Amino acid sequence: MINKTVNTIQEALKGVEDGMTFMLGGFGLCGIPENAIKALVQKNIRNITCISNNAGVDDFGLGLLLQKKQIKKMISSYVGENAEFERQMLSEELEVELTPQGTLAAKCQAAQQGFPAIYTPAGYGTEVAMGKETREFDGKMYVLEEAYKADFAFIKAWKGDEAGNLIFKGTARNFNPCMCGAAKITVVEVEELVPAGALDPNQIHVPGIFVQRIFQGKSYEKRIEQRTVKS
Amino acid sequence: MLDKNGIAQRIAKEVKDGFYVNLGIGIPTLVANFVRDDIAVEFQSENGILGMGPFPFEGEEDADLINAGKQTITALPGASFFDSATSFGMIRGKHVDLTILGAMEVAENGDIANWKIPGKMVKGMGGAMDLVASAENIIVAMMHTNKAGDSKLLKKCSLPLTGVGCVTKIVTNLAVIEVTQNGFKLLERAPGVSVEEIEKATEGKLIIEGEIPEMVL
Repeated sequence: MINKTVNTIQEALKGVEDGMTFMLGGFGLCGIPENAIKALVQKNIRNITCISNNAGVDDFGLGLLLQKKQIKKMISSYVGENAEFERQMLSEELEVELTPQGTLAAKCQAAQQGFPAIYTPAGYGTEVAMGKETREFDGKMYVLEEAYKADFAFIKAWKGDEAGNLIFKGTARNFNPCMCGAAKITVVEVEELVPAGALDPNQIHVPGIFVQRIFQGKSYEKRIEQRTVKS
Repeated sequence: MLDKNGIAQRIAKEVKDGFYVNLGIGIPTLVANFVRDDIAVEFQSENGILGMGPFPFEGEEDADLINAGKQTITALPGASFFDSATSFGMIRGKHVDLTILGAMEVAENGDIANWKIPGKMVKGMGGAMDLVASAENIIVAMMHTNKAGDSKLLKKCSLPLTGVGCVTKIVTNLAVIEVTQNGFKLLERAPGVSVEEIEKATEGKLIIEGEIPEMVL
């Protein structure tokens, strides 16, 4: 068994520098790497490019990095619900690259799986396809989208073992599995870190080969963005 | 004339037994409330669930269980969870039978604009571009005109496009319209709405053939 465990957040973030590109899992505030984000705020890592489906809310998630102006560029599919984001975007302090959600997932997965690029029909005939190569297959038009290149992927899983095998819960899975192994170094935080052998190999969602570092996360807030209930 | 619930109720009739359906945010979300309970339908939410159920009871909300609108939801028996790449694989691979979404404008050739208004804060396209580029059965749910009273069914979209030539049907507060190679074909009138009123509210080419029946909800 190759042990991927690191004991401190400092060890988990070793090698993180200003100007790097990070992938961050999560959809809205669901399944985001809360511990890694807080540590990036504390370390005051600046000029970051973030590949993340959303940009958090004003006082949580990636909003914490935005508050301190640590992010240079956001690559996302949807960035609503964040007033500070809007202010920085309109004042051009922040660069924003909007990408269709399925394309974003595919560009991460392509990086993970060694494809330099993929063809997708999403965005054909729109401004998203401007300047990009297009090609017809079986009478339908597709856009060539290149795989992302990132330095670190920050992932949140529900359970993980020392070997880096991961299991996710509910819709907190989202972009997390697509980003594992898609960056030079994949750092995973889990709600429950267990010894190798404690997880059923049949139930693993992401094999440990895609993970370089895993650590036991703490103090999860797991904030709900839109609390909706029925009576 | 229909209200938002009426539009959703009419669209629910397009949902057939055995369909996997993706519902967009807004009026489309309401469609789930009107689907007949004697047919088997599964709702997909693109953040990674098939078999999405209603909102939870108070106290049973789970931060790890939300829909694409970031609302807390439940999972029905037979539900499954998956990652975003798999989710859009279902969509791109045409495994989802029906997509229902809102729009700001639809053109008579089936082009749709629903993500960006120049000069206003752009929030992003989310999964809309992937959905409209791949799905074969796309129904748009929207009001026939905008707040200024201008038609949303146009010869050509004026706003930046979300997708080209993709919309198959439109259900508005005034009418049910099919998008054909020759333009908007009027299929049904909303209760109490005349063909003339629909013509007046439609800027794009409207094809009217024979008697246009009033819709049955």
